[in-house]
Amino acid sequence: MAQAAAVAKPPAPPRRRRTSATPRRLPYLLIAPAAVLMLGFIAYPVLSVFYYSLQEYNPTKPWRNGFAGLDNFVRIFTDDPLFWDSLVFSAKWVFVEVGLQLLFGLALALIVNQTFVGRGLGRALVFSPWAVSGVLTSAIWVLLYNSQTGITRYLADVGIGSYGTSWLSDTGTVFWAAIVADLWRGVPFFAILILADLQSVSKDLYEAAEVDGASRIKQFWHITLPHLKDAIILSTLLRAVWEFNNVDLLYTLTGGGPAGVTTTLPLYVASTSVESHNFGYASALTTVAFVILLFCSIVYLRLSKFGGENK
Amino acid sequence: MSTKVAAKAAPAPAPAAPEPPRPVRTSRRAWDEAPRWQIYLPLGIYLVFTLIPFYWILLFSLRPAGSTSLVPWPMTFDHFEKVWTERSFGVYFQNSVLVGIATLVMTTLVALAGGYALARFNFRIKQLFMLALLCSQFVPGALLLVPLFEIFAELQMINSLGSVIIAETVFQLPLSMILISNFIKNVPYSLEEAAWVDGCNRFKAFRIVVLPLLRPGLIAVGSFAFVHSWNHFLFALMFLNNQQKQTIPVGLNTLMGADSVDLGALAAGGIIAAVPVVIVFAFIQKWLITGFSAGAVKG
Repeated sequence: MAQAAAVAKPPAPPRRRRTSATPRRLPYLLIAPAAVLMLGFIAYPVLSVFYYSLQEYNPTKPWRNGFAGLDNFVRIFTDDPLFWDSLVFSAKWVFVEVGLQLLFGLALALIVNQTFVGRGLGRALVFSPWAVSGVLTSAIWVLLYNSQTGITRYLADVGIGSYGTSWLSDTGTVFWAAIVADLWRGVPFFAILILADLQSVSKDLYEAAEVDGASRIKQFWHITLPHLKDAIILSTLLRAVWEFNNVDLLYTLTGGGPAGVTTTLPLYVASTSVESHNFGYASALTTVAFVILLFCSIVYLRLSKFGGENK
Repeated sequence: MSTKVAAKAAPAPAPAAPEPPRPVRTSRRAWDEAPRWQIYLPLGIYLVFTLIPFYWILLFSLRPAGSTSLVPWPMTFDHFEKVWTERSFGVYFQNSVLVGIATLVMTTLVALAGGYALARFNFRIKQLFMLALLCSQFVPGALLLVPLFEIFAELQMINSLGSVIIAETVFQLPLSMILISNFIKNVPYSLEEAAWVDGCNRFKAFRIVVLPLLRPGLIAVGSFAFVHSWNHFLFALMFLNNQQKQTIPVGLNTLMGADSVDLGALAAGGIIAAVPVVIVFAFIQKWLITGFSAGAVKG
């Protein structure tokens, strides 16, 4: 059905082409729909966030609305412990998630890249959580973690831990409980990307290394890892941005709690704008988040020498 | 034991016939000679971690409320019935399907047009446009909720599925377009030129020559768009306040947010949410891992 629809769309350009004779306008016509959508629903909102960040803007307190200069930003950096808490938690979350996902994803990709009996089934099963949504992941882990009939009950049955433990409502365990839930779904993402890139390693290299007597560990360090370098850099960066912005899972699993200990910066922004309707301040927070993301991305690409001499 | 012998024996013919145009699949790599336990043991441990959550949700959805049995017996479908009718998952399901398919169609069409322009033409704002596509990857939809809400309010589209469809499409577009333009670049331009010589116009040449070769790539891009919009939660949560208009993830969130969570209903709702994704996933898996374009352009 998508196929039929895909065929149906492009007729507009050639008709135009015949009237204008030159295909010079054609590329512009072709990118026009995408450009309009992105200007209207990405560029314009971004600009309006920048604009509102300089405003006092709260629909529930309209009498105070107006130009605020840098007041919002001053307040963020000098008078908002919640901002710093959420920023620190975001950094911790991104760092631990991406690090562990890369580690396990790489190991998993190397394993399922081997030839063994049942490889197809193994791959399908191992990758399956990839397509599960953040909300569904939360639903599953809420079932696993619940204090009455969750996994802790059965662990307590065999003498591990105690009955009635709820990992999600204890400030000491909630971080790792959420990390594990997100790893469950995030590791396959890395494994899939790395596995796809492993397909393009030249087999001659391994054969040559074999002839030279290189051990498998040496082959990994000197052939596989350099080959994967760019893919790893790109996927860790994309994943870091994605994890930074990951709202679905934490919003539904912990709601930023208990006692705010799992509130990331985007969750803090969402609660500032949705619950307290402070759009101006939320926009300033968003602007700060953009700048931090952009800065970290540039530093990361520089430091890792992406696309550099190793190719 | 026998597999080990086979693995040992296999590399023997390889040095004897080292010429490159050997069929790719038959030659075994040195890398493949890992001891079997080094494969099955970590894989097995990881599979336990992967599969227990799936088993858990299946178990909760099938066993009667209040049961603590670890096998879903006696089996009941009460939770599914309840969630589908009382909790409106039937309605949510329809809405989600509608949003998913509309997003798939719009994303694929718009990205196909744009991707073709990027792959086949040099035009003045091309570099700028590419830069915009890449930058948009860093723009989190979650942080744009407020201005997007205001735009859709202005357009009178709050509480209409159209707002969610547009928002999902817009955030799917950049990556889809980059992917599709790469797929198109992998199709030799000379194939198209040959079709022009044979009297096709540009569109007809595209349709007859390029489009069939793009099929695997389009399937992958379209499936991503569908799965992504099926799974995504925030836009629907923000833009759709009317309960009759909401989607499955919002419904799941409502089930979780209740004061005393009905675990059976939550589990059944989760299974309903997972089924279409599992089907799509099974369908696209082979395109996902093998480089799809490589084999397609042999002729």
